[in-house]
Formats: sequence, structure tokens, C-alpha cells
Amino acid sequence: MAPILELKGITKQFPGVLANDHIDLALNKGEILALLGENGAGKSTLMNILYGLYQPDEGDIFINDEKIVINSPTDAIDAGIGMVHQHFMLIPVFTVVENIMLGQESVKFGDFLDRADASKKILEISEQFNLPVNPNDLVRDIPVGIQQKVEIIKLLYRQAEILIFDEPTAVLTPQEADELFDIMRSLAKQGKSIIFITHKLREVLEVADRIMVIRLGAVVGETTPQQADKNSLAAMMVGREVSLVVEKETKVPGDIVVSIRDLLVTDKYQNIVVDHVSLDVRAGEVVGIAGVQGNGQTELVEAITGLRKSAGGQVTLMGRDITHATPRKITELGSAHVPEDRQMDGLVLPFPTAENLVLCTYYKKPFSKGAVLQYQIILEHAKRLIHDFDIRTPSALTPVSNLSGGNQQKVIIARELSRPIQFLMASQPTRGLDVGSIEYIHKRLVQKRDEGCAVLLVSPELDEVMELSDRIAVMFRGKILAIVDSQLVTKEQVGLMMTGEIPEEGFHANENRVVERTF
Amino acid sequence: MTTRSQIIQRKKIYEIPPTRKLFLGIVELLIALVILLGFVINTEPNTLTRFVMTPGGIDIGKMPDWVIPTLPTLIILTIIPALIGLYQLVRGFGRATNGMVGLSALCLIFGFITWQASGTSVNLAGMFTSAVLLAVPITLGAFSGVLSERAGVVNIAIEGMMLMGSMIGSLIGSITNNAWIGLVGAILSGLLLSLIHAILSIKYKINQVISGTVINIFSAGMTAFISQKYLQTNQALNSPPLFTRIPIPGLAKIPLLGPMFFNTNVFVYLTFILLIVIQVALFSTRWGLRLRSVGEHPRAADTLGIDVIRTRYEAVLLSGIVAGLAGGFFTLGSVGRFNEGMTAGKGFIGLAAMIFGNWRPLGAMGAGLIFGFADAIGSKLLLLGSAIPPQIMAMAPYLITMIVLAGFIGKGDAPAADGEPYEKE
Repeated sequence: MAPILELKGITKQFPGVLANDHIDLALNKGEILALLGENGAGKSTLMNILYGLYQPDEGDIFINDEKIVINSPTDAIDAGIGMVHQHFMLIPVFTVVENIMLGQESVKFGDFLDRADASKKILEISEQFNLPVNPNDLVRDIPVGIQQKVEIIKLLYRQAEILIFDEPTAVLTPQEADELFDIMRSLAKQGKSIIFITHKLREVLEVADRIMVIRLGAVVGETTPQQADKNSLAAMMVGREVSLVVEKETKVPGDIVVSIRDLLVTDKYQNIVVDHVSLDVRAGEVVGIAGVQGNGQTELVEAITGLRKSAGGQVTLMGRDITHATPRKITELGSAHVPEDRQMDGLVLPFPTAENLVLCTYYKKPFSKGAVLQYQIILEHAKRLIHDFDIRTPSALTPVSNLSGGNQQKVIIARELSRPIQFLMASQPTRGLDVGSIEYIHKRLVQKRDEGCAVLLVSPELDEVMELSDRIAVMFRGKILAIVDSQLVTKEQVGLMMTGEIPEEGFHANENRVVERTF
Repeated sequence: MTTRSQIIQRKKIYEIPPTRKLFLGIVELLIALVILLGFVINTEPNTLTRFVMTPGGIDIGKMPDWVIPTLPTLIILTIIPALIGLYQLVRGFGRATNGMVGLSALCLIFGFITWQASGTSVNLAGMFTSAVLLAVPITLGAFSGVLSERAGVVNIAIEGMMLMGSMIGSLIGSITNNAWIGLVGAILSGLLLSLIHAILSIKYKINQVISGTVINIFSAGMTAFISQKYLQTNQALNSPPLFTRIPIPGLAKIPLLGPMFFNTNVFVYLTFILLIVIQVALFSTRWGLRLRSVGEHPRAADTLGIDVIRTRYEAVLLSGIVAGLAGGFFTLGSVGRFNEGMTAGKGFIGLAAMIFGNWRPLGAMGAGLIFGFADAIGSKLLLLGSAIPPQIMAMAPYLITMIVLAGFIGKGDAPAADGEPYEKE
């Protein structure tokens, strides 16, 4: 049988980058094809070409053996191609039915919306593919997992036959991800064809029928879950052998460095986003905060580092109250912060690498004399760190905006870790990085812990939290639901807690809803 | 950053922050104090205040005058905000807090008018009627803003479009000696300026505030030039026919409301028609859904095959049409000639009304009426010969605008992509 979709020789050149280099791809009906590759490998470019957002420089697209040209998303929709975008294309203030029918509205009397008719169609699809949603809910009021179902219904509503999922699990709990995989399998069984884009090895092995690996814009291999394992896939992705396991000795932690008591944080609408959180971090331990994105981690980190006002409670660092201290004061007391969004909060992108490396210390000797910056010293300092931390940059004067994501993150790591610190606040330190950079940054974090630094790690990647942490605090809807020893829990148990459930066995709750595992 | 907006949490603290509670309580008590010290003490006992309830020059829908004893009325008006203030300090009103502040402010305003008119009479109905007329350009300006900003284009050029519309309306109305043709001219001039704004801000992605400012400056200069060079030297070019009052049979006979809303000029009727049309079009039609989607999340709209650029052009051009109509009101519906700078910031106040009304037509009209009323009190008391300097009175509506904008409105429900040019990937 002929493939339902075929790409032949797709090539796309951006200034300075060959994003897609003669890529061939064939998708069969009812199949789940995984497209595996690191960030920047060219997966998204390829899918954007297929969805009509980019035009290829070379190459052809065939659907059912018929050559088609896709100039816009409308063409793609007409050709039966639908895409679940990594960042949902939903309008928060619209209802589910408005979001789904937008662009293909049910109307009556000319141009008046017929929401009832559209709701009926949506409920039919919802029934057929087991995707429960309530058409009249506002999208901003429903959880992320349901929002994704809305996205999927949006495609089915448009009779899409080919469904593209772009990194669909980034915002889901492990349980929600499993549920998504069930949905994907059932869609495939009902004859839909699926392209699944990801860089997560576990997911590929679990759900795909066939795996295509892309590196540097070209297809480097094709395999099946039966033939491959995590290590072989990682090697194909990166182009060399990588260690997927973080090596770390057990250590007895020292004194309490950071103590958080009853911390309360609200957002600008007075919603409670951090709900009476209490947590200690000791010298020489990594405490990981596990939780699905958007459960208050960002706000917790901002409150600890002085970037956001807290509404109540107390944070102390080495016994000193820093609850209402300024970020600079907190930094000077010996804390370091690797922020969640490196480009927004971690770097001044147009500034040279050397200046970014002294952002916390530029005003002090020896980098400043009075009001005058000492460029010679700043440059020497930069050269030393560039060497020590293996930052790949043409020169110390290159703007950081020209560096790759991994090297930008290394600039931040170098700046923060090269200072004498007692506390490291690392928020999603490996977000969007390639396997090689992740390996490096993990090593550095563990090294800092071994030197006796207290490390608080926040990450939505459960694997990362499990491997790096000594203790794990699970955050759900602004609360710390449980604090557990990472050696004594399974990934499944933590994953379950991320959904707000506390496994009965072995746990007991005190009145603060802080659960310590007792064995 | 998507993560920050995706907070699953929906638990609200309905509690008003304690400092705000305290502050508003004190404000309410101060209002009571002002009425007491400013008005009650200075009022002779046994004086009467007479409110005329029929605007001047109106024959249908007459209503007898309303006479009240001044002192007791003022005392009651002191007691109301005092009680509100005390309750606010002790218990707090929760979600009714803002409403109670509004009620106290109303007591202050009514007390002020009662005191000013003690021993004499004031034409309350005339004040209301002129408030409605003064609200017309503000409300139309707000509608203009709603249309454009709902599609994600900030339009601060409304002021300039109004000014140009008023000048062109007067000029063409005078030449053709036909108010309707003059109005068409006003609308076309607004349309033309909005086309420039659309091209600059949508096609060339120039900062929308700068593009709007440029149009405002251009309009101010151009109208001043034409006015000085031609309109002042040749008055025949600056004497357009005025739209006259058109009473609506039946409805015009209702006392007080009749003269305000149903025996007035065509601009008031058009404002109400536009209110309904825009409200329905934005929230109940396919066209409106698409327009709003472009203002909230243009990329999402684009991936669903909606033409973002075209939709934004439509919205901005419609915005210009409404702004031009508002401009025509000044020369063809109100004054009967063009004066330099005669819009006097009404376009900007319209934008304030749009924000106050939360980017909704109905809210915009409510806010427009409040601002119009403030304007009307100012000019009425000027005529009464108030002790307060006329310049201060003239400032009052703008002062109110500032207080309202700073004190009561946060960011509101602004369209999420308001002011952001759309670029394809």
C-alpha cells in the first residue's frame, strides 16, 4: 500500500544554517512515526514546512501519491494535515467550543454563530475518540491535560487524517502523558496517521511504531522500538556515546542553609500560587522540586530569590532573614540563581559574553574602580571562565545572543558557580538543551553539592529530579504535597504525587500536609 | 512564557487588601466631612433648592419642577457616606467596595449641586440632556477604540481622526449645504487617516503608539492650517447646516428620559444603534469571533487559516469610520462651525472610557456617560456663577478621568495581543 504522506528531498536553508538537508520521509496509514532529534536538529522546521508555515527551498510533498503544494496552514488543513503545537494554539478567554470551531464556525442566519450545533459535533467526536471535554468551559479554567484534548479535537473537527504532535508531553504529568499515549494508539487504530516529534527517548520507545532520527538537519537513521534501546538512540541523536546516568555518591548532609517557613505568594489577581510552603535545604544536598509546570514552582523560586514579593511566611539563608531582601542582597549573602528562562532572566542578550559573566559582581572590586569598569580585568576573568567551563564562543566579546542555547546556559552556570556560594537555586537548568550539554550541567551541579553547597533544583523533568536529588519535594497546586527520600521512592510514586494523589502505603500526613516518608 | 499563565490554581482571595480597605474607608469619611463642612454649615435653614426637570426649548415631555428643602437634604447626604465609611472601616463591603465608593461620590456630587443651587434653581434635566450630548463623542471614540484594539491594534489616533473629521465635515457640509454629505465627508476623512495608521502599523509594523501620535500631530497641524487659511477668511466655508432634533413619536413624551434620549439629534440615535450593532457583531457572529481571536492570539488564528492581516485592516478601517463620525458630531451635531483644536482631547478620553468599560461596547457607553456627566456639571456650574474658579471646574472631568484610571482600573481584560504587530514565523 502506498504511504499516506511522503516527503522527498525536503531542503530548507536559513541564513547560516542548513535546517533541513534533503530529508525523505514516508508515513503509512494508521502508523505512529516518531521523529527523534535534539533541539535545533530540524524537526520543527520540517513540520512547519509540512504545515505550510515555511516554504521548502527544494523537495516535494505527496499525499496519497498525489503531489501537493502547501502554502499556508489553510492548505495544510485542506490536505487533511493537523498539528498539535508545543505551545497550545488556544485562546484562554474563549470557550472550548469557540476555540474548536474558530476558522470553521457553525453559523445560522448568515453570519451568526451557532454554538449549539458546534457543541453537538464536538461531543460526537469526544464520544468517538474518548476525549472528554465540556464545550462551554473557558479554556483558561481547564487543566493543561484537557487543553491538549481540546487541541486534538480541533484537528479531528477539521477531519484531519495526518496528525502531527510537536513535543506534546512537555507540559504533562507522567500519568497524563500515558493517557495521551493511549489516545494516540487509539487514534492510530481508528485509521489516523501520526507523526510524533520528541527528544525524549522513553516516550519514543513506548509509543512509536517506527523511529526516524534527525541530526543537524539530516536523517541519520531509522529503526523500530524493538531494535533500539535508550543508549543506541541517544548515540544516534548526539553522534557519540553519552552517559545517561548521573554518578553521585551518597553523602550525609550538613547544617540547614536555607529554611523556608509557611511561604505564601499570590499572583497579581490575588490567586494563591504558593500555599504555605515549608522546606529546608541543607549543605551538601540536592533537594529537587518535582511537579508539573505551573503548579507554583516559578513563583516559589522568584520569592526565594527576591524577584517577587511574598504575601506571608519567612525565608532564611544561613540564619539571616531574606524574606524581604533585594535580589542583590540575597546574591551577596552567598546564593546563586540559575533562572528558568535564561534568555529573559539570565542574560542580557545583546551584551558581550564577558559582561554577562560579571552581571552579579561588576560593581565590586576588582571589576570596578569607583564608577569605572575595569575592562582589562573583566576580559581576563571572562577568558578564564570560558576556558574552565568550556564555553564555545568565538571570543569573549561576542554577544551572548550569538551563542547556542547550551553555551548560553554555560555562561550562566560559569557566572553563578565561579563565585563562593553556599546556596544554588537551579530552575530548569537543562531546559531545551541537547543531551551533551545536559550531561555537562548535571556533572557541575553534583560537583557543587559535593563541595558542600546547598542545591535547590526545580524541574518539570521527572527523570532529572529523580537522578540528581537527595530528597524530593512534590509540588501540586502551590502546596508541597510530600517530601521524600529519592532512594526510597519509585518514579511511578512521584509521578502519581505530581497529580495530587498521595500513595497510602508508607506515608503519613501531618496537619501542614507536608508528608515525610517513614520507613 | 506560557507557564506563568497556565496556573491551574483558581483559588481567589476575595478579601480586599487591608490598606485599600482602610484607604477607601477614610476617603468615604472625608467625603462626608466635605459635605458637612463645605455645604451643610454654609447653608441657611429653610432655603429651598429648585430642580427644573424639563430642558430649555423643549415642548414635549414636560415635567413639573422638583423642589427640595436644602438643609435636610444635605444632612441626609452627609449621613450616607459617613455610614458607608464607618462600615467600610469596621467590616468592609467585600466585592461591593467599589460600588460603595461610587455611591459616596454620587452623594458628593449631588450635595454640591444642591448647595450651589440653594435658594435658586438649576435645570437638572438640561444638565442630563447635555451630559448625553457630551457623552456622544466620548462614547463613539471608545467604540472606535474597541473595534481596533479587539483586533490587537492600539489606536491612539482617534483624537486626530475626530479633529480631521470635524473640520472636513464642516467644510464639505458648508460647500454642499447638506449636513448628510458633510457627515459622509467626515467619515471618509476618518477612514483615510485610519488607512494610513493601518498601513504604518500593520504592514510596516511601526510602533502603533508612534504611528498614532504622528497622525494626531498631522491632524492638528493640517486642520489648523486649513482653518486659518480658508475657514477663518471665508466664513461661507465654515457654516454647515446643523442636524436638528428629531423627536421619536411616542417615546419623546416620556418625562425626563424623552428629552434626553428620544428627542435629540441623529448622533445620539446612531450611538445607540452602533452600541447594539457592535455588541452583537463582536460577540455573536463569526466575523466577531475571528476579529477577537486575532486580537488575543494571532498565531493561533493564523494556524486555523484566518487572515490576520486582513482582519486587522478591517478592524482599523472600521475604527476610523466611527472616529470620523464622532468628529462630524462636533461641527454638524453640536457647534455648527469648526474651531481649531475643538475636539479638546475627547478622543483620548474616549480611550479612557474604552479601558474603563473593559473593551466592551456597553461598558464603554457607561463610562462615556459618566465622563459626559462630569463635563456637563462643569459647564452648568460655570453658568450658575459658582464660587469655584471656572478653570478648576473645567479641569474636573479630566481630574475624574485620571482618578478613575489610576485608582479603580488595573489592567482589566485587555486583548492579549493588543499593540503587538503580527509577524509570521
